[in-house]
Parts: sequence; C-alpha cells; structure tokens
Amino acid sequence: MSIDVEPGEFLALLGPSGSGKTTLLRVIAGLERPDSGAVSLDGEDFLAQTPRQRRVGMVFQSYALFRHMTVAKNIAFGPTVRPQGERPSKAEVQAKVQRLLELIQLADLGGRYPRQLSGGQQQRVALARALAIEPRVLLLDEPFGALDAKVRKELRYWLRRIHDETGVTTIFVTHDQEEAMDLADRVAVLKQGRIEQVGAPEALHEHPASAFVFDFLGESNRLPCHLAGDLATFDGFAAPAVAAPGAAAQTTAWFRPHETELAFDGPGVQAVVEGVLNQGGLVRVEARAADGAGFTVDLPRVLTPAGLGVGVPVRLRPRRVFVFAE
Amino acid sequence: MRAVTPERPKGAAWLIVGAAVLWMGLTILLPLVSVFIEAFRQGAGAYVAAIKDPDALAAIALTLRVAVLAVPLNAAFGLAAAWAIAKFEFRGKGLLLSLIDLPFSLSPVISGLVWVLVFGANGWFGPLLDQWGVRIIFTYTGILLATILVTFPFVARELIPLMQAQGTDEEIAAVTLGAGGRDIIGRVTLPNIAWALVYGVLLCNARAMGEFGAVSVVSGHIRGLTDTMPLHVEALYNDYNFVAAFAVASLLAGLALVTLAVKTVLEWRFASELAHGARR
Repeated sequence: MSIDVEPGEFLALLGPSGSGKTTLLRVIAGLERPDSGAVSLDGEDFLAQTPRQRRVGMVFQSYALFRHMTVAKNIAFGPTVRPQGERPSKAEVQAKVQRLLELIQLADLGGRYPRQLSGGQQQRVALARALAIEPRVLLLDEPFGALDAKVRKELRYWLRRIHDETGVTTIFVTHDQEEAMDLADRVAVLKQGRIEQVGAPEALHEHPASAFVFDFLGESNRLPCHLAGDLATFDGFAAPAVAAPGAAAQTTAWFRPHETELAFDGPGVQAVVEGVLNQGGLVRVEARAADGAGFTVDLPRVLTPAGLGVGVPVRLRPRRVFVFAE
Repeated sequence: MRAVTPERPKGAAWLIVGAAVLWMGLTILLPLVSVFIEAFRQGAGAYVAAIKDPDALAAIALTLRVAVLAVPLNAAFGLAAAWAIAKFEFRGKGLLLSLIDLPFSLSPVISGLVWVLVFGANGWFGPLLDQWGVRIIFTYTGILLATILVTFPFVARELIPLMQAQGTDEEIAAVTLGAGGRDIIGRVTLPNIAWALVYGVLLCNARAMGEFGAVSVVSGHIRGLTDTMPLHVEALYNDYNFVAAFAVASLLAGLALVTLAVKTVLEWRFASELAHGARR
C-alpha cells in the first residue's frame, strides 16, 4: 500500500479489525519495524530515525496515562525527557502545560491523578500529553473506542476543533465508519493490509470503489441484476445504476436501505416483513424474500404506509444501485 | 435493585465467626503471647541480660548480616525477573516462572542440603575449593546461599502479577513521547511498582531473618559464630535456658509483628498498587 498525507490534513484509516490499520500507525510511530517499504516525512527517511527523533504524538485507546503522575506531570512528561540542551526551562514547561490544560478544558484539574478522572477526561489529557511534544504528526489509535456513545460523539467534534486550532497533521485509526466520515478530510478504507480506497467522505459515499467499501460504509442490500449501460434490470423492473468500469453484464446490484422503496403492490422484489423497528424519525423495516435473501428498508416515519406490520407481503424496489467489477 | 442474598439465621453466623476467632486465638494469638510471657517470666533484667549475652548478640549480628545481603540481592533479581517476564515475550518464560516458584514448593531442608551437596567436604566442588582455602559450608557464605535460595521468590512473585496487569502501555507511550531507556525505567516503570517492591522486600526480609530449616543444614551450629537467631533460639531451648530462648524468640516475634503492621498499612493505603489478590 502507499499513501500520502498532506500537511495539516486529518486522515482517517478505516477498516475492520485485522486490516492492518493499527500496525500502520505503529510503523509510523516507530514502535514497529516493517520488513520492507518506506516512511518519510518532509523528505526525511523516518525508518532511519528513533521514535524520539521522529517526534510523533500518539494517543492510545487505553489512554496509557502515567498512573502515578498528576495530570499536569503527565502533560509535562514529553518536554521534560527531551535531551539536555533541547529541554525547555521549568517555567516554559509550566506555561505550556497550563495552555494545554485550557485547550482541553481541564484547567482546574492539573493536580488530579488519572484514576480520579472520567474516561473522556483521561483521553483529553492523553491528547494534551501528545500535543505537548509539538508533534510533527499526531496519531490516534481508536482513541474513543473505550468510551460510551454519547461521550464519543462529543469528543469527536471536540477533536476536530482541536485539530483545526492546532493545524497538526493527524492520522486517526477507527473501525467506526460514522466516526471516520464525520471527522476526517479524507478516509482510507483498509482491507487485509491493502488500501481499498482513499477519498473525501462524500466521494466514498458517491463513488465507492468496491463492494467491500460500499458494504463497510453502511448497511447494504443485494440483488442479482442485468446491467446495460447505466441501467440495472431486474425481474420486471429497473433502476439507474452507478456502474464501475469493467462491471459484468450479469452481476450483483448493491443498494442502501434508505434508497429502497417499499410498496404493497406493483413491480419489485416480493418479500414478507419480519420486523418493524422505530428509530426516532426513521422506521426500519426488515423483510425476507421467498429465496431467503434479507432486505433492510429505512423509511421516514411520515412516509410509512398504514398497515405495515410483521407478516405483511411487500414489494421492494431500489431507487438507485451500485455495481462493481468483480 | 437489591442484591439477592440467601436467608440465613443470624445465630449460625455468629457461631461460625466465634469458632473461627476462638481457633485463631488458640493457634496463633496464644503462642505469640506465650513467647512474650515466657521471655519476661524472670523480669526485665533477665530479659535484657539474655539478649546482651555475647552469643545472642553474635546471632543477632549474623542474622542481620545475612539479611542485609540476601534481601537486596533477591530484590534486584526479583525486579529483573519480573521486568523481563512482564514486559517482554521470550522462549522459556514458563520455565523461568516455574524456577522462580521452585523454592516455594521445596522443603527448606532440601534448599540447605543442595548446597552441602555442591560445596560440602564430599560435594562436587568442596574438595577443589578446599585446596584454595575457600570454605562455604558451615560459614557465613553457606548460610547466605541457603537464605538466598529460600527467599528467592518473594520479591519476584510480588511484582510479576502487578507488572503483568500494568502491561507495557505506559512504557510505549513514554517511547512515543521521546523518553530514553533510563527515563522510562526511572520515571515510569519503577514508580508504578514502588509500593509492591517495598511489600515484597518486607516479606522477603521476614523470611530471611526467620529461616530455620535450610540454614540449620549448612550452619554447623557453632555458637557465637554460625548460629543465626532462629538457630540460637533452638540451642538455648535445648539447654533448658527457657528465658533466654524466649527472649531471643521475642525479637523474631517482634519482627513478625512489625512486618505485619507495615504490611497492613501498605495494603490499606496502596491496595490498588499491590498485587496480593493475584498472589498464590
């Protein structure tokens, strides 16, 4: 794989576990040595440098704060272990710690110990600690993985704000596609150590490069189809297709639950409703065709037809499909 | 929400607690108290005289001299072994762990006998060393070796579970923050285990000073020369010199009480930093 990160960019590495995203981070940080390949920053050969010379800030899922040090001491650690000569004065370190504490909105908690903080607070301290070495690149390894959903979301926007304020080039590893899409300038989707696609979140949604990317970025339905140009034909109906070059004539059409229409009659796949889930403004319908294939349909609540319930036969029709080369 | 607890009669609970207290009183507290009662049976004067006896003082000095070397050596070894086992992956780790535990399952007499086998007059290296005028069995060196072997696991066993639980996250974080090896060990690894180390040293010391079996085999029981405190207690007792025997014994019992007190304070104050839950 090969990937270039622009200065000041926020890049997300997205992939299932085992796709090699964390390994990639550890190679960049200097914690692991690749068998082959190259890593460079501004033309410098990174692999020839020790982690200390690289000055790469890293934030871990487990926070990895120094448990016997106060929050302030944790943040001051990086500057304090600088080699003599490069080491800033005590007053400078103290001023920097105070600035960072304010940045992470924990100005009053410098004297606390990590165990006295909540998970979200601890992760903010870990970020401040990494920023204290004025990193040339900031690496975040599933930083919000251990936090509950609400805190995750809050920290997500907060992290983006910090990135915009500090302008530090950031690489973020996650298996949560929503998180990656929300946060990053560009997202790289990884699969088994290879990059499947790199692009802006909108580009990934509108032009997924493979079935894997499409499936990983959200829930998907599948249906065999016949492809002719920009039109996918099914049994008695058709839908516009976004077709990748090289797609076969007989192939699989992929489509999203929210781009699926549901009706009681007319053309479409015949299926029987198995479940109706209310999700706030959306209603999620699970249905199954006679051949056993399962489908998911997301309908705005106001557009849900009356009489929809478990056991009701329905017709499903994709509004738009994606077709990929095998 | 209420925790579900089985209904149980209060009376039975008190009976069981009472029985346990009674049993502990009979088996632990009574003997401990009797040591001090016997030691002071003929008054404080006789007690002080028994301790000021030159042979007793020599035994105390020898015990201290043994502990002052055995404990730091085993602390250093325990630290190194725990560090290697907890922070690195290598072949033979399981074997090393079993070896560290070996003295726990070995009868102390064996721990003494092996040294006689190796360095005794008829042992493997005994005659060779004798030619150079080096004697190990029936000397300070032999006692030191036997003590080291018996107290070998105490510090390591205290540190390994704690360091394994702590993992290497903090060290890795320190590396990414630019810390060198010395800063990582001095500022991250050691402070994280400081209290567990104190705890292990304490247990190690109590055993080093109190060890009887292994030391008995290699000491030769030369009064005023190779008798440690526990051995001296036995010698005095065999002489029917009960007051003196219990006086010296009271010092060991006192050491045990101090150890217990410090141990309790450590457990209470630094519970989360000690690994006693994971210890066997």
